[in-house]
Amino acid sequence: MRIRESEVTPEALFLRRREFLRAAAAASLVAAGCLPGDEGEASTEAPKPEALANVKPAPAGPFRAMDEPTPFEKASAYNNFYEFGTDKEDPEANAHTLRPKPWSVAIEGEVAKPGSVPLETLLAGFPLEERIYRLRCVEAWSMVIPWVGVPLGALLARLEPTSRAKYVAFETLVDPEQMPGQRRQILRWPYREGLRMDEAMHPLAILAVGMYGRTLPNQNGAPLRLVVPWKYGFKSIKSIVKIRLQETEPQTTWSQEGPSEYGFYANVNPEVDHPRWSQARERRIGELTKRPTLFLNGYADEVAPLYRGMDLRRYF
Amino acid sequence: MLETPRARRIAHLALIALGLAPLASLALGAARGTLGANPVETITHATGQWALRLLLATLAVTPLRRFAGWSFVAPWRRSLGLLAFGYATLHFATFLALDLGFDLSALGEEVAERPYVTLGFTALLLLTPLAVTSTRAWQRRLGRRWLTLHRLVYAAAALAVLHFVWLVKADLAEPLAYAAVLAALLAARRARRS
Repeated sequence: MRIRESEVTPEALFLRRREFLRAAAAASLVAAGCLPGDEGEASTEAPKPEALANVKPAPAGPFRAMDEPTPFEKASAYNNFYEFGTDKEDPEANAHTLRPKPWSVAIEGEVAKPGSVPLETLLAGFPLEERIYRLRCVEAWSMVIPWVGVPLGALLARLEPTSRAKYVAFETLVDPEQMPGQRRQILRWPYREGLRMDEAMHPLAILAVGMYGRTLPNQNGAPLRLVVPWKYGFKSIKSIVKIRLQETEPQTTWSQEGPSEYGFYANVNPEVDHPRWSQARERRIGELTKRPTLFLNGYADEVAPLYRGMDLRRYF
Repeated sequence: MLETPRARRIAHLALIALGLAPLASLALGAARGTLGANPVETITHATGQWALRLLLATLAVTPLRRFAGWSFVAPWRRSLGLLAFGYATLHFATFLALDLGFDLSALGEEVAERPYVTLGFTALLLLTPLAVTSTRAWQRRLGRRWLTLHRLVYAAAALAVLHFVWLVKADLAEPLAYAAVLAALLAARRARRS
């Protein structure tokens, strides 16, 4: 049922047809009872997030959004994580099958010593830091989340990138056993994301291991996720198993699925609408009506210089 | 089946109660704060889904009557249609009030620029005269033209399905299921004619 040519000629109509075929195939599999559901699976309790010790509080300024943080109960119950289902409630219901421990990350490409590194080793020596950031989803809703993590730039620097490292690419785990949503090709797994090197080195970009002072719930991307607060939420890839430094711009999942709708940069921008809906306003979770969306999600003072001279309508 | 007028009346009332149950559930959920992290989205999605389901149920009445020979379902058509219109109106009102803050110029822009809004808005516009002329008095007044007018329901249903298809991000399974049901109902209509 996979149509490979669509990768060569990514035309809107053709993509629609592929989606149709994919949905039809999935529907027929469901009808034939070929797709396993919840039944017969040991329903285990999701591991409780553990308290994190010695977290440096976020300093005043851009690292500490003054907005009211979203309650943990909402931030952990309303998620886009298609690896566990496409409804917002699915990840919380289904992510208990993910095993975030032990975890290792493949370090690849333009670095001094590529190889597979246990998560503890990767993070060793970095003090955990709190960051209170706004999170703006491309679907026009937003949250404010106190993350716990380490600066991405410092971590990448320790990997000793070569002079050819111009971009960093990330991949999410692929394992339909742990991620039941991957039994259907909703997206082309693995989920892939990436940043330009100067974006990745910016102090606002972090790799998070926790939120609200505890380790990440599985549905929020345990045990390791990216957080890039000035970009739409889909850039902040979850449950990372691969970090690859490379010379060329990496192919990313959503820009591959809908090249006219999701770009590589995906910077929050109220002036540049999604082709199908406006990005001018957003609903902050917990609020009834919508509020104006801020350019670069309110982080323009910090990150606008990264895009000086770029046409943000073209590089959306 | 359902031979006595009393049994028919009870069945009809039960159907209407069933059709209002999702609304009651939403109202209860809103009052108790159990509509999830994004209650506005929950309300928007639920009212839209029930409008579409009830619209398709409306279209299923005539085939049921013809093929199953259930004459008692005939009056259900109007009730289901009005319920569908009610949910569609709530769906639109939620969008206008909570997404657009009653900003009519913003509504104009959305209708003009966002095809999914154009489709949904047109579907609601098409349903409005059908709701207005759903009474027996209007039926008598319009005579044969009433039937012609009420064929608009098929166009409204098709637009409503497209409206759903258009706003999905990646997983088209659900809107395509509705499209399949609509296609089957249209096929049933053709089969009846030939």
